[in-house]
Amino acid sequence: MKSNMATQSITYREALNQGLREALQNDKRVFLMGEDVGRYGGAFAVSKGLLQEFGEERIMDVPLLEAGFVGAGIGAAMAGMKPIIEIMTVNFSLFAMDQIVNNAATLQHMSGGQLNVPLIIRMGSGIGRQLGAQHSHSWEPFYAHIPGLIVLSVGTHEDARSMLYAALQSPDPVLLFEYTMLLNLEKEIATDLPIASIAKAKVLREGKDISIITYGTGVYKSLEAAAELATVGIDAEVIDLRVLRPLDEATFLASIAKTHRVLIVEDAWRSVSISSEVSARIMENGFYNLNTPVQRLCGIEVPIPYPAHLEEAAIPQKNDIISAVKKMLYRN
Amino acid sequence: MDAKKGLLLLYQMLLIRRFEEKAAELYTKAKIRGFLHLYIGEEATAVGIMQALTDNDTVLSTYREHGHALARGIDPDVIMAEMYGKIEGCSRGRGGSMHLFDASKNFHGNNSVLSGNLSIAVGMALASKKQKKNNIICCFFSEDDITKCEFQEAQNLAALWKVPVLFVCENNLYAKGNAVRYSHTVVELEKKGIASSAVDGMNLIKVMQAANAAVEKIKSTGKPCLLICNTYRFRAYSMFDVELYRAKKKVEEWKRRDPIPQFEQFLLQQQWITESEIVGFESKIKTKIQKALDFAEESAREPLEQLTKFVYTEI
Repeated sequence: MKSNMATQSITYREALNQGLREALQNDKRVFLMGEDVGRYGGAFAVSKGLLQEFGEERIMDVPLLEAGFVGAGIGAAMAGMKPIIEIMTVNFSLFAMDQIVNNAATLQHMSGGQLNVPLIIRMGSGIGRQLGAQHSHSWEPFYAHIPGLIVLSVGTHEDARSMLYAALQSPDPVLLFEYTMLLNLEKEIATDLPIASIAKAKVLREGKDISIITYGTGVYKSLEAAAELATVGIDAEVIDLRVLRPLDEATFLASIAKTHRVLIVEDAWRSVSISSEVSARIMENGFYNLNTPVQRLCGIEVPIPYPAHLEEAAIPQKNDIISAVKKMLYRN
Repeated sequence: MDAKKGLLLLYQMLLIRRFEEKAAELYTKAKIRGFLHLYIGEEATAVGIMQALTDNDTVLSTYREHGHALARGIDPDVIMAEMYGKIEGCSRGRGGSMHLFDASKNFHGNNSVLSGNLSIAVGMALASKKQKKNNIICCFFSEDDITKCEFQEAQNLAALWKVPVLFVCENNLYAKGNAVRYSHTVVELEKKGIASSAVDGMNLIKVMQAANAAVEKIKSTGKPCLLICNTYRFRAYSMFDVELYRAKKKVEEWKRRDPIPQFEQFLLQQQWITESEIVGFESKIKTKIQKALDFAEESAREPLEQLTKFVYTEI
């Protein structure tokens, strides 16, 4: 089978770009709106070439007003369009939080099911490049807290290529966290990917000794850690949560039933995080399958500092994952 | 305007007034809970604006929205049931007084805490433009929105995109307790240069003229308009407000400009209505409101098993 499958070597940026092009080609109602998405080609060059291909009607540059254009996206979505809103980085989404939390997430409910907001919000996210405390946020837990939103984390090239299409089929608002640290990273993926699920987590590496549950930039770090652990005889399973709301509990509970050990890895601050939630679900529904207590590697609880060595130390790295796993398996 | 239309508009204003008086009474009896913001005194604005719109236009409202909903033609029965939190309410009881929705009437009620509706309206108008629908999105808001950046953002986008939004600012002179004179450099907000026009919001005929002109302008140019209606709420900000910020005398002064008697006088002068017909109107409305109340009382409550319905679309 594998030999028949055509593949392409592609950067995460190109994968996102292909996903956007496909969305715009497939459905006339789709349009992309955000700061610098048109003439500039996207703050991170993700939408490069799209203005030339699809025109100003469908690739809309907007002024700097997150609340304004997210609100406009909600309005357009309710009125029958399929807007894809790009918030340049997740840091700026705070300006639009009222629109996202109070309007996008509530309108279906408040209207007793009369209204839908089929809106996509894409946000550059992640920590690195020494951007300092105000430009290095992991707001996945904020948004994953909100009923009415679907929160997706685009941790792999496959998902960068195919998740948007699936998200566009949703009648409800979807937030896509994309990771700017991955943009230049090149990977080999299948040219024809199956339609992505926006309901399921994914086991990216099967293993029997421990389950590493992660998302976002934790995914490739965990896979690399697992590859190294394999060289010392530790067989780690790696799960990319992908869907942070609603959480796919079944996939990670099944994994734990097999491995009996779990390490949760994320960049977000430990307190009240995605890992807190996953850990609680395991406690509630998987406790008797555990051989050791759930362990977590999270962001250190500090505003992300500017110096490179402190920044690096503030979030889990591959070696931290390796050490934590070895410790849990008493293989120091 | 002719006699028939005049009578309809008077009927609508009276219906709003009496409906809200009943709502206030029901609030004191704990039949209606949460926040209840009454529109009494401002009826000419809702009725004058709404008559200028067609069924294809969309209306976004504020948290002081019963008047808008009634003037849009939503059945008082389902509005009352909504305020009772009952299943037959226009938002299935999930919204309450502040969140009245009726998609079949393109009435999007109050979508927001404050000001969020402004850019949502712009987005709906953008969709209309893209879909070549040739309709108008009418967005009511209040003078306290003008100080917020959301207002500036929405105005900028609407003008930039040249989309058909009718922004209607209901300036009733008080945010909650803070008077306009303490939050703006001028009380006459039209002097800020934000509006296409301003009108005496206590005078139905003047509101109608301004609304019709604005709608015509939007239809012919495709561009947004902002109309300020200078008005006054006779009642407290909400049922929790003890009104320490204004003198009773001031309210009484404004009541002399009550839009309903003003318009009744006009109709009487035109000999389009008689005193006894007005009394007949009152009794018809009384019956209608009693019917709404009975409907709300009898409507069922949402079963508890349905608590988490309408959070995500069921596919």
